[in-house]
Amino acid sequence: MNFSFNARNVVVALVVLGLSLLPVYSALSGNIFILTLFTRIVIFALAAASLNLIMGYGGMMSFGHAAYLGIGGYAVGILAFEGIGSGFIQWPVAVAASALYGLVIGALSLRTRGVYFIMITLAFAQMAFYIASGLSRYGGDDGLTIYKRSDFGGLINLSNRVQFYYLCLGCLFGGIYLIWRIVNSRFGMVVQGIRSNEQRMQAIGYHANRYRLVCFVISGMICGLAGALLANNTDFISPAGMYWTRSGELMVMVVFGGMGSLFGPVIGTIVFLLLEEVLSQFTEYWALIMGPLLLLIVLFARGGIMGLLGRMSRD
Amino acid sequence: MIDSLADPLLRVENLVRRFGGILATDNLSLDVAPGELHAIIGPNGAGKTTLISQLTGQVMPNSGAIHFAGRNVTHLPSYKRSRLGLARSFQITSLLPDFSACDNVALAAQAHDGHSFRFWGAARKEPGLRNAAQAALKRVGLEKRADVPVSELSHGEQRELELAVALATKPQLLLLDEPMAGLGVTESARMVALLKELRREVTIVLVEHDMEAVFALADRITVLVYGRVIASGLPDAIRNNDEVKRAYLGDQHAVTSHA
Repeated sequence: MNFSFNARNVVVALVVLGLSLLPVYSALSGNIFILTLFTRIVIFALAAASLNLIMGYGGMMSFGHAAYLGIGGYAVGILAFEGIGSGFIQWPVAVAASALYGLVIGALSLRTRGVYFIMITLAFAQMAFYIASGLSRYGGDDGLTIYKRSDFGGLINLSNRVQFYYLCLGCLFGGIYLIWRIVNSRFGMVVQGIRSNEQRMQAIGYHANRYRLVCFVISGMICGLAGALLANNTDFISPAGMYWTRSGELMVMVVFGGMGSLFGPVIGTIVFLLLEEVLSQFTEYWALIMGPLLLLIVLFARGGIMGLLGRMSRD
Repeated sequence: MIDSLADPLLRVENLVRRFGGILATDNLSLDVAPGELHAIIGPNGAGKTTLISQLTGQVMPNSGAIHFAGRNVTHLPSYKRSRLGLARSFQITSLLPDFSACDNVALAAQAHDGHSFRFWGAARKEPGLRNAAQAALKRVGLEKRADVPVSELSHGEQRELELAVALATKPQLLLLDEPMAGLGVTESARMVALLKELRREVTIVLVEHDMEAVFALADRITVLVYGRVIASGLPDAIRNNDEVKRAYLGDQHAVTSHA
């Protein structure tokens, strides 16, 4: 019953299938570019999915999520620069550093609500941006080239395009599975309850901010992992990757796909990055088209593309 | 005057709460005995909801003390009071609109079943929580509406669900803020019948405008005017109290007509 044959599930199934078989298509057609493009898409989808956990399910509009991409990336870049190339060290450090940042930022930001929360998460992310710009040992403004991707021994070779793609895809599916379990768990029910009516949840015995904070940290950890992947993908890390516009893009991806829907961020990211790719070939003012599109979705398709598909299947 | 109870479940002492220049709660003292149904009445703006909110911790008093079950809870946040067994219903229905009736109650049961930092198992499939929720829904007659989203329930059903949510926290003391508000005649009668059953199981503080309901249910009544207690005692004494009659003026016959 959960997997009834409706437009929404068909689209999700097709997307999962398409993403899984993409390297096959790339190999058969000799189109390497599409694999590179979709590696990027898959990584950003993971970041968007993590943002969706707090935005869609937790009702926390974080405008500073790019900071985790930067922290995860810098963890990989700095450790590589200092001669620690093992992914078994780099990645846990990336996730742990993100958790720590999330814990501190969350504890401070969650004292506020609404617009103030948006502004304070933005402010902290901009602070992280300027701190990264000041890391002169690691390239400062210019960023840092990563000469060797994370080393996982003989287990997997990140320099192999196909292997790296599948690793990213595995992380994305794993991340979504994790979020699915969390959202339906006792913890997830509480977090969604707090989004729905915080006062009521307090009155029946929940310490709302404690649950919010843990959710905020989990989201940051997943996004930190995406940051580690992204740094490996670009072989480069710079403060530009954690600028506030990047946070905005992540929000747009989530809204495009549908807040609070499990696969929405994946769909949203695919649509956003493909549009960006295609439109930017025609004009450098591609944002001029993307903007009104976002406006249309916000105005007429609450719940994003997934919401639209859901309505289609009900009619 | 307030009779001093030997061992009250709830004791409020000299509670004061100001909002700007307005004294919403004016040196208010009140005792609630275990097992009684204590009604609080008073004209609009008498500070009844403000009092309830201070009892549950949504609003903190400027001074005074609140003791519950022998513990000073004056400065305790609301989630901790709920764990001690203080539950409230809201005057303006305050549920989780995106959730089903059953989910609303199950979350209340879950709140009193250890911490909720459990990230893996599906909460909606836990028989313990679902059964507790079903039991509370049955108590208020909503068992057939368990899977209906709150936003699709009628106003009367939402009022009943408010009560089920409060009951699911297994309270020692139930604070009901106008449970009859906006209900039709039949729905009101059902609610009164329900409260008559509940009063045997749990101590209740009832804030209500419906005088018929109040005099049908209350063991004792406290009358608030401008945040002050002007009378407190048995229903008959309240009905014949001159000061109460004067305070109600326009509503005078509301009190006396049920004599």
